[in-house]
Amino acid sequence: MTGRKTFTRRRLGQSALAGAALLGAPLPLREAFAQGAPANLKVGLLLPTSGLQAQIGQACRRGADVANDVFADMKLPVKLEIVNYDTETKPDVARTQAEKAIDAGCHILVGAFDSGQTIAIAQVCEQRGVPLVVNIAAAPQITEQGYKFVVRNFPTAPMLITGALSLHKEIFKISGKTPKTAVLMSVNDTFGTAMINGIKALFPKLDMPYELVDTISYDVAAKDLSVEVAKAKATKAELLLPVSRLNDAKLLVQEMVKQRWEPMGVLNPGAPGLYEQDFLKTMGKYGEYMISNVPWLDPKSAMTQALEKRHAAKFPNDQLDLNGGFTFEGVLIAAQAWLAAKSTKPGDLMEALRKIKIDQHVMVGGPIQFDSKGQNVNIKATAVENLKRKPTVVLPLESAAAPLVFPMPPWNDKRRT
Amino acid sequence: MTADFLLSLAQAITKGLLTGMVYGLMALGLSVIFGVMRVVNFAHGEIMVVGMYLAWMGFEYLQVSPMLSLPVIALIFFGAGYALQRVVISPFIGRPEHQQFLLLLAIAILLVNACLVVAGPDSRGVQMESQFDSYELGPFVFDAVRAHAALTAVVIAGLLWLFFTRTRTGKSIRAAADNNLGALVVGLDVRRLYAFTFGVGAACVGAAGALMITIIPVTPFLAAEYTLLAFVIVIVGGLGSMTGALAGGLLIGVSEAVAGLLLQPSLKSMVSFGILILVLLLRPQGLFGKSST
Repeated sequence: MTGRKTFTRRRLGQSALAGAALLGAPLPLREAFAQGAPANLKVGLLLPTSGLQAQIGQACRRGADVANDVFADMKLPVKLEIVNYDTETKPDVARTQAEKAIDAGCHILVGAFDSGQTIAIAQVCEQRGVPLVVNIAAAPQITEQGYKFVVRNFPTAPMLITGALSLHKEIFKISGKTPKTAVLMSVNDTFGTAMINGIKALFPKLDMPYELVDTISYDVAAKDLSVEVAKAKATKAELLLPVSRLNDAKLLVQEMVKQRWEPMGVLNPGAPGLYEQDFLKTMGKYGEYMISNVPWLDPKSAMTQALEKRHAAKFPNDQLDLNGGFTFEGVLIAAQAWLAAKSTKPGDLMEALRKIKIDQHVMVGGPIQFDSKGQNVNIKATAVENLKRKPTVVLPLESAAAPLVFPMPPWNDKRRT
Repeated sequence: MTADFLLSLAQAITKGLLTGMVYGLMALGLSVIFGVMRVVNFAHGEIMVVGMYLAWMGFEYLQVSPMLSLPVIALIFFGAGYALQRVVISPFIGRPEHQQFLLLLAIAILLVNACLVVAGPDSRGVQMESQFDSYELGPFVFDAVRAHAALTAVVIAGLLWLFFTRTRTGKSIRAAADNNLGALVVGLDVRRLYAFTFGVGAACVGAAGALMITIIPVTPFLAAEYTLLAFVIVIVGGLGSMTGALAGGLLIGVSEAVAGLLLQPSLKSMVSFGILILVLLLRPQGLFGKSST
């Protein structure tokens, strides 16, 4: 039979020679062999889905889980292969997982919610020449160290702080009540330290109407904040500025209620915690009227509406918040870069990321674009107040879904139900 | 010093005393086991974490308050501790200390991994309306949950004292602890007494776990921290001394609270370890311990 191939000693020799040539080829050539055929874009999504930040990491992941469906709804001609990696809320694990993702053939990485873990991943991406799209991480050094393979679609700590403190003035102006003193309470991890340093540096320049009377830092894994809250209460500050995560935000408010400390307001200057679903659920009426000055989903964007619809259908018991929003945008950026590059080669993807301009996206702000350092500078801050167990945009006024309530009603006020 | 500062200091001391009582109960279990069997329980924190998880499960799945599930948990832990001693630990009594250490470390690792398998790595806590409650006494504000936990810890410690001083079994255990050979000569079943002691120690830790879950949420990785804390407390108080364990708990609780107020709160653990070093230097047998010489 003419078409039949037989396996001879000569064929075996030829195959062995070809295999040896491929194995012996220099690494770039091998990559070219591997990437010669058209392939799907494989995105490595690195998030802390277990450990201390598990709940937030899972909220981030939900945004990515519905990304392909939203792309289809928005007629975006792309379908990504998203592979999930758990960083276990540890920078060393984040680093190992990043290496694992790249070894598994991921063309681009997205992550990792926390600054410490993101820095660990960024170092790996830089060494291996694979692009990293940072979904959430505010430490300035991520885009200040001259990395060539890192872009960040999240405000830096100074950007978060400037946006938040500017909104504070607006809150006081609208409510007609201005506190004279404030106390800053912060976690002492990479993010918290960056925020504290940023606030201290920017505070004099922003001409704030209140004085910062004390700064109290605590461990991110703190299991009891009674001493910290007692110390803050003793300052008699009229305003609390918490730079918290989720678990400590719950401990903080629980202690404030127990110790009957009722400042004029709790204004989060750009940190997570207060707007999160688990916080709202577990704190109940005591979680109401707390304000977070953070970037938020733009309810007027068609893509946000599509994302909300898909998210509600797939995760009916979970709230879509900025974690899901920014992670979705991280995947969207990867998809748009792939469409622009028409290639999965890291260099081409990175080149496309540098030139990208995405007008239609989900978070409040201008088009997604990266400056020479890889930072998106078009993201805007909002004031999100917890009203009726839901984070609700109250500022800027053009995006407000409900009127602002400030000062915060006392713990036993009838308005808290 | 202003009146406000003095009030804050008094509040911190009160809070430290309340937390210290629960710490004391936790350390009591470790001290009882060492005092009688001369076995250092390196799985102590892990046993407490299992107690916290049981109380959490009772609350989460059966809607039973940890305070109500406490006696059941203590009973389960007594039985489990008794069996563990008879089957696993008993053969190691009298063997070199490094073998005992490795055995208990292995048990600790097994327990942490069992917690991970059953409940996962996430933080689990009970959410009760009472966790937002506090009592007001003049200018003082007491955390209701801590006050209830401390009161329960004092009651349990009192019952334990009655057991060791008023009951025949308790007196026999003390006799075996004081003179093992003498106890054997007068016909006491020392092996059974050892198992009973381990059961009592485990019950104390289980009860402390049920109380602790009302104050802080639990993760499997909390265990090592609490083993270390229990060691600091019993070494400061005096290894093997019940009074020492309670006093050590109070001392560490208060020192952490006051240090948190006077220094940066994130530096509060530094003070308890500083006290440990001082005690080891100046009084190695601990504040209430007997000198080996």
